[in-house]
Amino acid sequence: MLKSPNTPAQGRGLTAIDGVITLIVILLIVQVWLLSATLAAYLAGHRASVLPAAAVSGLIFAGCAALYGFVEGIDRRARR
Amino acid sequence: MPALRPSSKEPLWREEFSIFTADERYVGRRQMTKFLTLTSLSMFAGNLWLLARSILSKHDTAYPAAAVAKVGEIPVGGVKLFQYAGEQCILVRIGEGSYAAYSQKCTHLSCSVYYAREKDRLECPCHERYFSVRDGSVLEGPPTRPLPKVTLEQRGSDLVAVGMSGGEG
Repeated sequence: MLKSPNTPAQGRGLTAIDGVITLIVILLIVQVWLLSATLAAYLAGHRASVLPAAAVSGLIFAGCAALYGFVEGIDRRARR
Repeated sequence: MPALRPSSKEPLWREEFSIFTADERYVGRRQMTKFLTLTSLSMFAGNLWLLARSILSKHDTAYPAAAVAKVGEIPVGGVKLFQYAGEQCILVRIGEGSYAAYSQKCTHLSCSVYYAREKDRLECPCHERYFSVRDGSVLEGPPTRPLPKVTLEQRGSDLVAVGMSGGEG
């Protein structure tokens, strides 16, 4: 039997996912800026900023991955 | 002949292609999130690459003696490009018996500098930065660091590079 589409729970899930996507996009913008700033600093010979930048970039990626896991969870629950 | 179709009110095509708009929205958003997360991973990989290059280049501090040109090989005001310690360098004959050599990498964003003979200075064409050909110091533009200078020695008829210094803030 097919599930009925567009239930209220599914609608809430979609809203949550939209919020998560917005958050990830904001994090990505920060990460793109961080990479370009680190590249400029590296090319100018300021090597000291490379390690902290990589650590922050890793944290941002971990945040994005966690948010992706959250989306997978919502998706699984909504399709159950 | 008995009907093979299950007793359902849904038309056959809906059972065969059971995709609802809401499900499709979920799939689309999930795929989008995955794509964004992979983009984030690639940004992280870029930062790691810079970190790896930064760590590896710290070990390249050995400066062997290397003949870069013959004395009198280039005319006054002439240049010769050469590789030294993994760096692209530029040798300029600034006077009858006077030579200067620098790393060709601009200390701003690593573009290659060239010798502007008529203005007697080294110029970076990317962002119009100028360096003194005498000592590599910054004449104009945002870079705060001078060009790394190659130390030259005359050994017989050879000009020999024996080290590199400067370029630090």
